[in-house]
Amino acid sequence: MSAPLLEVRGLRKHFPIRSGLLLRTHAWVRAVDDVSFSVAPEETLGVVGESGCGKSTLARLILRLLEPDAGDVTFLGEDLRSAGRARLKRLRRDMQLVFQDPHASLNPRMTIEDAVAFSLVVHGTGRREARAQAWRVLERVGLDPRLYGRRYPHELSGGQRQRVNIARALVLDPKLLVLDEPVSGLDKSVQAQVLNLLQDLKAERALTCVFISHDLNVIEYVSGRVLVMYLGQVVETGTVDALAESPKHPYTQALFASAPTMDPSRRLERPPITGDPPNPVNPPSGCRFRTRCAHAMPRCAEAVPPPIMLAPDHAVACYLYQ
Amino acid sequence: MAHPLAPSIATGEVETVVGAPMSYWRTVAWRLRQDPTTIAAGSLLLLIALAAILSPLIAPHDPSAGSIRLRLAPLGTSSHPLGTDEQGRDMLTRLLWGGRMTLLAGLTPVLVGFVLGTVMGVFAGFVGGLTNTIIMRTMDVFYAFPAVLLAIAISGSLGPGLWNTLISLSVVFVPRVVRVAESATVQVKSLEFVAAARASGSGVWPIMRHHLLPNVLGPVLVFSSTQVSLSIILAAGLSFLGLGVTPPAAEWGLMLNTLRGSIYVNAWVPALPGVAIFLTSMSFNLLSDGLRDAMEIRG
Repeated sequence: MSAPLLEVRGLRKHFPIRSGLLLRTHAWVRAVDDVSFSVAPEETLGVVGESGCGKSTLARLILRLLEPDAGDVTFLGEDLRSAGRARLKRLRRDMQLVFQDPHASLNPRMTIEDAVAFSLVVHGTGRREARAQAWRVLERVGLDPRLYGRRYPHELSGGQRQRVNIARALVLDPKLLVLDEPVSGLDKSVQAQVLNLLQDLKAERALTCVFISHDLNVIEYVSGRVLVMYLGQVVETGTVDALAESPKHPYTQALFASAPTMDPSRRLERPPITGDPPNPVNPPSGCRFRTRCAHAMPRCAEAVPPPIMLAPDHAVACYLYQ
Repeated sequence: MAHPLAPSIATGEVETVVGAPMSYWRTVAWRLRQDPTTIAAGSLLLLIALAAILSPLIAPHDPSAGSIRLRLAPLGTSSHPLGTDEQGRDMLTRLLWGGRMTLLAGLTPVLVGFVLGTVMGVFAGFVGGLTNTIIMRTMDVFYAFPAVLLAIAISGSLGPGLWNTLISLSVVFVPRVVRVAESATVQVKSLEFVAAARASGSGVWPIMRHHLLPNVLGPVLVFSSTQVSLSIILAAGLSFLGLGVTPPAAEWGLMLNTLRGSIYVNAWVPALPGVAIFLTSMSFNLLSDGLRDAMEIRG
């Protein structure tokens, strides 16, 4: 495997819960806890997990929109945490984020072309040139700039807005694209269009992607490798085929088993796991999945299971495999 | 009139016109022009403001020249169409001159509140944390008092006069605007397009200028416009109580006060300043309602 484009080591982010007049901290949300992975150039890593498992926080940590409490992010061989302001600004051209909510992710007071051109202007491109480039990218994502360029976000449909979001991320010609649930807010048919557009763009521009989603079908469609998160921790990583065919971690098994299927022979009588994930404010000790796990053993409560390599590209954090 | 966002193929300028909507502020202006209530209120206010500004030119008499023989003349008296007050001064002249004072005392505090309140509110909302707590809790102290009571207390301790009225009313309006500006800033700051701007490497100022302020100023502007009518009534109220503008200056609230004793002699003349206050503050209210509707972003 070639040198990774993005490497994340021991990333951790805990959010304090403050209240009262003195803003005293009385609890911590452990959103991301000791997450490590790497992404090779032109690879797509899928990140999957239930809502509230820290996927979006992870996306923001990778791009240093949030400061991590611990851990390192290495991008293009450079440590992002120690990068100075000017250096970080330069690096940000190469890594962009596509957001989930097509409503909140576009400024309601900015026209589409201005929204796309804004990042270029920030990096010192002249207004005319920035607009010309914005038009080219808008055209590429399937929005006629002469028709939509001067429109405001509320005049566009959800799918069109997500195309604008993608155009805004691509206009800087990044190497890494982090996509935070880019299709969850869209209708199924529009989802397919946007996913196909993303696949085309990825091939065309040799993009490396971190694709975050709770939807396994989407993850299976786009990813080469998959990382499964549960309550802020990585429980299993592997190629999408390995995980789909023989998931090892009980949580991954449950996740793949609960995905709706068209194949009657694979349908289940009862859902494999029930209930909501525990509160990340006070997660269970040891393995965080043990409260919902059928195989839970006494030692699961003692310490967090370390990742165990089952194959060169398949790791699972579960005592069942030790 | 066709909606501006509709394609106007009939004009022949298909290439440029189709799907090229107008800018946000032009849309707002267009909507305002479509609303008869707003047109009426705006026209009335324009008339009142023009009359007040031009009062030295158009007023038929000297505002402080009275006549002992012609006191409390009824409406329709020749050469005094709106009658005279208890010192025989021409009511029309005094209402025109009084409008200057009342509008000045009504608009200035809101303007001061808008500017200072927006700066403080956006700062508090943007910085957050302890700074936010200190600023906002300080504002809450002022907010805890009813507006009238606060204005009277400050005016009372500063003494009467136009400047003191302006200061005391500004103190009333700044905290209100700060609250609106702060909550709008906190809300907008957490939206994803601000994060997107940060992710593209933008610094604080471009984010403020292009992303934060355009979205915060709208609600603050609408809120401030609703406060103008209140400010006019408070300014007139302070004068009525003798805490505002001092005689012999003409001011609607002060005129109400001095004419109050004459209400049983000639009920119509003392009612005039009240009618003027009512019409002005109602027009401002209707205008701000229209502005709020026009500035709404409709999907």
